[in-house]
Amino acid sequence: MNSLLTEKITAAKAAGRLGLIPFLPGGYPDKAGFWDVLAALDAGGADIIEIGMPFSDPVADGPVVEAASLQALEQGVNLAWILSGLAANRARLSAGIVLMGYYNPVLQYGLERFAEDAAKAGVNGLILADLPFEEAGEIRALLAARNIDLIPLVGLNTSRERMKLYAGNARGFVYFVSVLGTTGERTSLPDEVRQGLALARECFDIPLALGFGIKSPEQLKELSGLIDAAVFGSSLIRHLDAGGDAAGFMARWAK
Amino acid sequence: MKKGYFGDFGGQFVPELLMPPLLELETVLNEVVRTDDFRARLAGELRDYVGRPSALTRCPTLSERTGVDIWLKREDLNHSGSHKINNTIGQGLLTKMIGKKVLMAETGAGQHGVATATAAARFGLSCVVFMGALDVERQSHNVHRMKLLGAEVVAVESGTRTLKDAINAALRYWIAEQRSAHYCFGTAAGPHPFPELVHEFQAVISREARAQFLERAGRLPHAVVACVGGGSNAIGMFHEFLPDRGVRLIGVEAGGSGEPGCFNSAPLNLGAPGVLHGMHTQLLQTKEGQILPSHSIAPGLDYPGVGPEHSALQASGRAEYGLVNDAQALAAFQALTLSEGILPALESCHALAWVLENAAALKGQSVIVCLSGRGDKDLDIVEQNLG
Ligand SMILES: Cc1ncc(COP(=O)(O)O)c(C=O)c1O
Repeated sequence: MNSLLTEKITAAKAAGRLGLIPFLPGGYPDKAGFWDVLAALDAGGADIIEIGMPFSDPVADGPVVEAASLQALEQGVNLAWILSGLAANRARLSAGIVLMGYYNPVLQYGLERFAEDAAKAGVNGLILADLPFEEAGEIRALLAARNIDLIPLVGLNTSRERMKLYAGNARGFVYFVSVLGTTGERTSLPDEVRQGLALARECFDIPLALGFGIKSPEQLKELSGLIDAAVFGSSLIRHLDAGGDAAGFMARWAK
Repeated sequence: MKKGYFGDFGGQFVPELLMPPLLELETVLNEVVRTDDFRARLAGELRDYVGRPSALTRCPTLSERTGVDIWLKREDLNHSGSHKINNTIGQGLLTKMIGKKVLMAETGAGQHGVATATAAARFGLSCVVFMGALDVERQSHNVHRMKLLGAEVVAVESGTRTLKDAINAALRYWIAEQRSAHYCFGTAAGPHPFPELVHEFQAVISREARAQFLERAGRLPHAVVACVGGGSNAIGMFHEFLPDRGVRLIGVEAGGSGEPGCFNSAPLNLGAPGVLHGMHTQLLQTKEGQILPSHSIAPGLDYPGVGPEHSALQASGRAEYGLVNDAQALAAFQALTLSEGILPALESCHALAWVLENAAALKGQSVIVCLSGRGDKDLDIVEQNLG
């Protein structure tokens, strides 16, 4: 079966631009306005939208995403709210939809029930930040049966051997983590990123997205050709916190 | 069984960026730690620096009063005051041998932080300790000790500002600094291979206790009892007795104030299976999988999870896990202090309190209680609660 996520990024590439993947925690900045913000990101040119599933202990996240997730949790955002809201709003969004979070809330929801409800809600992919290859077999099979891609996360310290391990059954796109660190903007990307991306390009035959620490379109110019898409979370959250709107944020990237 | 698992529990639920250092550590465990050379060096450190073997002390007054033959394995006599040093000297030595320069750790009560800072000083390593901001306030003496030992103490302001958040912060730091830093995990929990590594270093407790008891009493005890926070002193106390089917293994969790629904630190008694800090284990959590805050009067037990080997020992029935509340632990503190002249750590008081609470059923039997640490660090808490 074809992957909608692969298609979205491939289409952006064919149009001569980077695939754009904004990230926002579910229910952020508030539950009432969340789906409208997503619709604005979508209208503003997002190819894929990542919705964060808030967790109390987000080990892979930096302070901006963590604070936003905790704020969502305090408003009572949970997986059921995200999945039912998405089901109701999916028709408004043409972007591919990826859920991103941590394993425990999904495990407690029930793996099979989660896969079923995610498929019904129109989810196209899942990223679980604390689920490396070795632990992912069960959920990958449940998702694959419903044409939902489990997105591999690799990074600067991922060996060729482990990249191949992931590449064996990877679908959708590869998420390359730009830093040895957590989410959060950086002013410059480490030199090793180029080598890491080149290795990933060699090992995977699906599109390559770069995420964690991406601040501006200018920053990515030097990586042109090395990546197919960019993920931005902290910089979007900061933009919204500062009173900016989703359309304005996307305009910077979509030109 | 799947690699890194104890029955259904354990595993490596970490970001991919942490898999390389965990795989490296697994190699170190097999190719460095389990060699004769390492074991000989560690034995030397434990003897000449830590002060092992620690004593096995019989409690004549308490035994007479309760009708239970009560013995204490005296981890409180170790250098720096608790069992934590067994593990940090082991991990400090391995850090030195693999050529990393930084020993990093999380700490709740500060005991593990002090023990890590001590090992770092001993082996000439620099030291960074993550501690919840709330614990920094509650345990100022230990913060001061760590700083005197040359450690940098990072106060963690996120989440509940306690141990679980210190672990999150430490894991984040380790992602960034994995090339130069070894994460000296403080208990038999976390992602594989930490539960195995810490188990390896704490097993010395029961190796000594079993031999000491056999020599003194001419037989095995009926039960061994240890408090369970993350579970390292308990795993250490159980290990050598695991094949002795006649010896009951009893871990004791902290029930907090003891009222129904109160914050507690008893995931084996009151939690459910889930994934946190790299492991599948019993956790205090909501139905939706959010981690709940924990509480105990003993800061070292204040953790919403538990090492996966305990979850497996509970599931298989080989070990039992009791529950003791704050007031019962304080009563045990007074009983031991007044009757035997030993001031125990509030953590260890939970283990002793379980014996005192269950004395009627244990009448005529011998038990060894792991006295995991000394009470000096807890005097402020004791004073506040007992006046
Ligand atoms: C004296 C003492 N005992 C017990 C514990 C609990 O830890 P564990 O269950 O890992 O032995 C601590 C933790 O800080 C401690 O300081």
